[in-house]
Amino acid sequence: MGPFVPDLISDQLNLVVALLLGIGFGFVLEQAGFSSSRRLAGVFYGYDFTVVRVFFTAAVTAMSGIALFGYFGWLDVKAIFINPMWVQPAIVGGIIMGVGFIVGGYCPGTSICAAAIGKIDAMFFVLGGVAGVFGFAELYPNFMNFFDSTALGSIRVYDSLGISQGAFALILIVVAVGMFYATTLIEKKVNKTAAPSLSFPVKSHFIAGSFAILLALVLFLLPDRETRLIAKATQQSTIDQSARIVPPDELAFWILDRETNFQIIDLRLEENFKALALPNSRNLKLGDLLGKESRDAFASKYLRKVLVADTENEERIALSLMKDLGYENLSLLEGGLPSFQQTILEHSSTGLDGSRWDADVVRFRTEARADILKQIETAKQAPAAPVKKAKAVKGGC
Amino acid sequence: MNTRYLNPYLAGFLLGLVLLATVFITGRGLGASGAIKNIVIASVHRVAPSHAETAPFYSSYFKPGADSPLRAWLVFEVIGVLIGGFISGLVSDRLKLTTESGPRLKPQARWMFAFIGGALFGAGAQLARGCTSGAALSGMAVLSTAGFVTMMAIFGTGYVCAWFARRLWL
Repeated sequence: MGPFVPDLISDQLNLVVALLLGIGFGFVLEQAGFSSSRRLAGVFYGYDFTVVRVFFTAAVTAMSGIALFGYFGWLDVKAIFINPMWVQPAIVGGIIMGVGFIVGGYCPGTSICAAAIGKIDAMFFVLGGVAGVFGFAELYPNFMNFFDSTALGSIRVYDSLGISQGAFALILIVVAVGMFYATTLIEKKVNKTAAPSLSFPVKSHFIAGSFAILLALVLFLLPDRETRLIAKATQQSTIDQSARIVPPDELAFWILDRETNFQIIDLRLEENFKALALPNSRNLKLGDLLGKESRDAFASKYLRKVLVADTENEERIALSLMKDLGYENLSLLEGGLPSFQQTILEHSSTGLDGSRWDADVVRFRTEARADILKQIETAKQAPAAPVKKAKAVKGGC
Repeated sequence: MNTRYLNPYLAGFLLGLVLLATVFITGRGLGASGAIKNIVIASVHRVAPSHAETAPFYSSYFKPGADSPLRAWLVFEVIGVLIGGFISGLVSDRLKLTTESGPRLKPQARWMFAFIGGALFGAGAQLARGCTSGAALSGMAVLSTAGFVTMMAIFGTGYVCAWFARRLWL
C-alpha cells in the first residue's frame, strides 16, 4: 500500500526516486512545449491555451488516480502530504507570483526546463528566482508574523466548500471540459490560421472530453473506502470460522497472568473508555482500523487482537472489517464488555453450572477481580502510554 | 514556431501519471521553488555560515546534526527536471542557445523582465509555500484548499496584469 516512503523507501533512496521522477517531469514539460515562454504567456492573451489543457488534464488525471487508488486500498490517502493553508500568505504570494508569471513568462519548474534546452531568458528567470528568494530571506524578519498568519492546516477544498469529494471531482472535471471547449473557440478567434488547437486533430478533443466526463461520473458515484468497507462489515451475517470467541474467564486469566502477546482493542466511546478501561487496552474507532497506526501496531500475526465493545455484534463487525483489511489472529470477547464486567469485575457466580469445579472458578474469579481492579486503578493513575504516531510524509516547497 | 510539440491532452495525461506516481510512491507531490530555496540557503551558509545559523529564515536548516540543505527531495527532483528537459530537447531537436521574447521586445530587455519575473516568483513562492508545480498542480491533485486558492491567485493576477504587460508578448 502506497506511499512507500518512509517505511519501505528510506530517505536516501527517496532522493534517487526524486531524481527519476524529476526526469520524467522535465521530459513531459518540455515535450508539452512548456520550455517556451511565449507559449506559456499565450494563456493570458488567448493565442495559446496549452497551459490550460496540460495543467487541467494533469490535475484531473492525478486527482482521479489518487481517488481510485484510495478506493482500491492501493494508496493510504490519509498518509499523503496535503499542502497546508495559510490564507493571506497564499493569496498575497499567489498575486506576486501572478505578476512574476506575466512579466517573466515562466514559473520555476518550466524555467528550469527551458534553461535546460538553452533558453537564455529562462536562465535569467532562474537567476531572478535566486535573487528573489535571497531578498525574501534577508527581509524575512519584517514579515515573519505575516508569513505564519491565518494558518488553517491541511484543509481539503471539498471540505471548505461543504461538498463531498466526489461532487467536487465532478464539478472540476465538468469545468475543465468546459474550459477545453471555450479555449478552443477563443484561440480560433484570436488567431484564425495558426491557432494551436488546430495543430492536433479535433477527434482528440472529443476523446479527451468524453473520457473526462465518464471519469467524473465514476468519481462522483464512488463511495470512499472507509464507508464501503464498514458497510460491508456491518452487512456480513455469518461469523468467520477462524475468529476466536474468548470467554471472560480466559481473558481474565491472560490479564492476571500478565500475558504480553495479546492486545485489547476497545471500540467503545471515549468517555466510557476513560471511565473504565481494561488494562493495556487501546481505544479506537472503527475508522481508525484502516489507518497506518493500526497497521503498524497490529500487523503481526503473532499478536492476538481481542476486540472489546458494548455488544458482541459490534465486535463481530469490527472483526469482519479487520479480516477484510488483512489482519490475522483476531478474537472477540464473548458477550462484550458487560459480560466481562458481570462475570469477573462484579460478582463471581455467573455461568456456574453446579459442577465440582465451581468452587475453583469462584476462587479464580475472586482473585482475578481483585488483581484486575488494582491494575485498572494503577493504569488510571499512571500517565497514558504514548501512542506511536505514524510518521507523516514530509512534503512542501 | 514549427517545432512539433506533444498533443497537450496527451502531455497533460502523462504529466498527471508522473504526478500520480510521485504521490503513490513518495506520498508527496512535485515542486520546484523549494529547490531554489534550498540552494540559496546552502549558498548563504557557504559564504556566511554564522549569519545562516542565526538569522531566522535560515537557522532552522542548520540545527545540530542536520543534513545539508542540498540533500533535499526537491533539489534532486529539480536536477532530474534539468536532465529530463535536456533529453526532451535533444530528442525533439530543440536544443538551441536562444532568447525567446515577444516580437516588440529586444533580447536584453527580455532578460531584464525575465529576471524581474523570476525574482517576483521566487519571493511569492516563499510566501505561498510553493509555486505552480508544488502548490498549484500538486495541491490540486490532492484536493488541498491551498492548491486551488494559490492557483486562482496566480492565474487571476496574470489575467488582470495581462493588458499592462502586453508589450512584452504581443
